Amino acid sequence: MSAPTTDRPPEASPPGATAGSAAGGDSGVVPPPVRQRRRPDPGHGRGILPYALVLPALLAIAAVYFYPLFRTVVMSFQDYRRRHLWSGDAPDWVGFDQFTNIFSDSHFWGVTLKTVVFMVVCVVLTMSLGLLIALIMQRMSAWVRLLVTFALITAWAMPVIVATSIFRWLSDSEYGLFNNLLSRIPGLDFRGHNWFLETWQGFTVIAAVVVWGAIPFVAVTLYAALTQVPKELVEAARLDGAGPLGIFTNVVFPVIKPVFQLVATLSVIWDFNVFVQIFLMRGNNVEPQYEVLGIYSFQLAFQSASFSQGTAVALVAVLLLSGVAVYYLRQLMRRGEVE
Amino acid sequence: MSATAPENVRQRLRPDRKNRRAGYNLAGLLVFVVMAFPVYWMVATAVRPPREIRSWDQTLWPSSFSLDGFRTAIEMNFFWSSVRTSLIVAPVTVLAAMVLALLAAFAIGRFRFYGRRALLIVLVLVQLLPPLAMLIPLYLQLNAMGGLNQYWSLIVVYTVAALPFSVWMLRGFIINIPKDLEESAMVDGCTRMGAFWRVVFPLIGPGVAATSVFALVNTWNEYLLAYVVMQDNERWTLPVWMMSMTTQRGTNYGALMAASILIALPVVIFFMLVQRKMATGLTSGAVKG
Repeated sequence: MSAPTTDRPPEASPPGATAGSAAGGDSGVVPPPVRQRRRPDPGHGRGILPYALVLPALLAIAAVYFYPLFRTVVMSFQDYRRRHLWSGDAPDWVGFDQFTNIFSDSHFWGVTLKTVVFMVVCVVLTMSLGLLIALIMQRMSAWVRLLVTFALITAWAMPVIVATSIFRWLSDSEYGLFNNLLSRIPGLDFRGHNWFLETWQGFTVIAAVVVWGAIPFVAVTLYAALTQVPKELVEAARLDGAGPLGIFTNVVFPVIKPVFQLVATLSVIWDFNVFVQIFLMRGNNVEPQYEVLGIYSFQLAFQSASFSQGTAVALVAVLLLSGVAVYYLRQLMRRGEVE
Repeated sequence: MSATAPENVRQRLRPDRKNRRAGYNLAGLLVFVVMAFPVYWMVATAVRPPREIRSWDQTLWPSSFSLDGFRTAIEMNFFWSSVRTSLIVAPVTVLAAMVLALLAAFAIGRFRFYGRRALLIVLVLVQLLPPLAMLIPLYLQLNAMGGLNQYWSLIVVYTVAALPFSVWMLRGFIINIPKDLEESAMVDGCTRMGAFWRVVFPLIGPGVAATSVFALVNTWNEYLLAYVVMQDNERWTLPVWMMSMTTQRGTNYGALMAASILIALPVVIFFMLVQRKMATGLTSGAVKG
């Protein structure tokens, strides 16, 4: 935070500047000690403009992100129920009761486990398939690559509600295409098979939507990273007798690793927060077996009107993710993007 | 030996390579089919005659072309009121978000001020928060302020939700415009903001277009908040309207797929138009940051 102020770039001087601050503009001429001493006074008058420009956006973000987040924390230590919605009475303070209730409930632990396992499966599938597609794209003919890019971008553009509706239709028990295709395999009969009776089968369909929707971003980004790998390095490794696997692990992957990590971290966060796909796949009435942390929190708040329990679960989710978020931020900073 | 051996190896590999290229092409075609098929199936179902949809053996290609799905979807209750809501909320949101984001992005891209880095960090972190962390208090707050079923509540929340990404993206575009242009305008007598308005603003037109599309698409598609806030059927947005088709027993999938096309079509068109620019905006921010 201190570096920018000592090394003020010239563009910060206003046009109608006084003689003093105009001289501050050509920083190359002014000896460092003088600059140090003069720093406070020219910075004072012109310092207001950037703050004034940022203020509206900052206030808006504070009102719609910070304040609700703050209330999520506060409400988790209260008991906010349906009657508080309309009466305006202040809810009682209950200390850590909401959390002890949640943590002593085995359903919560099941939900947390499902959230984590679902996230891991989706991330592993998305990243490995995305990387595979990117590698294939690099080696295919131009016209095939054009087709693949077209398909990827179309899938990328599909709204989540549309993608979920399509997969809901594909997995329909009566006329869905999945059942039809699977029944063609000798020995299998999927006529009238309901994919959502067994939890793992239902989650398989949901994971299919999530992964199908996430692959385009991953594949396109990794493909762009792969084009940055120097051809000479690959060729040199090949001449030295490295096999395809050796070339990938020793030459290609180190180059794309920062991008890969960044995308993987984002996938972890997105797949941990999957909500709409599950919600819509179950027609807005999610059975307890399909609850992940987000859905569970929503159901507690909006189905059972235990708003405080809902915020407490949401807070647990935020805390679980905060480590990943910080890790993501540090990667960005290392790439020099937060400058 | 070391000079000749690799040469030989490469010679021998050459015919092999052609086969391998064919293998990769085949794999690429498989990827194409898997990624494109769900979209194709949506279109095929939407134009199929209804009796054909409700049959076990569906052909890959519809036997005849029918617009019944679209007719049913459009004639459903609350379609036109949902179109109206979406058409009111989305453009106002985009406009508001662009004004706020441009100002902030200009400050971040062109000034060094105390707290600038902290602001950038906030912009990143805020995007990573799960929606549920804000949804419950937002609902309670909007309820207390009489904001349920009101356009303005969606507009306000969507505008702010679009801010972090928009600021980040626009900053990337602004950084790419040489400072010299503004400086010469200022030498010619422009004020700081005058130089921004006359020099930078016209140049980031493409950047603003790309960012607007992103904000527009996100607003157009948003489901969860609209579902919670817009409980009055007359105030549904298009996504809420569309999902109301599936909650009853037995979904008319022909109509649902037709509705899906109606909602996705503007998004896909806009997305295709700016997809390349969006990528440049993101990466240029990364390179020149």
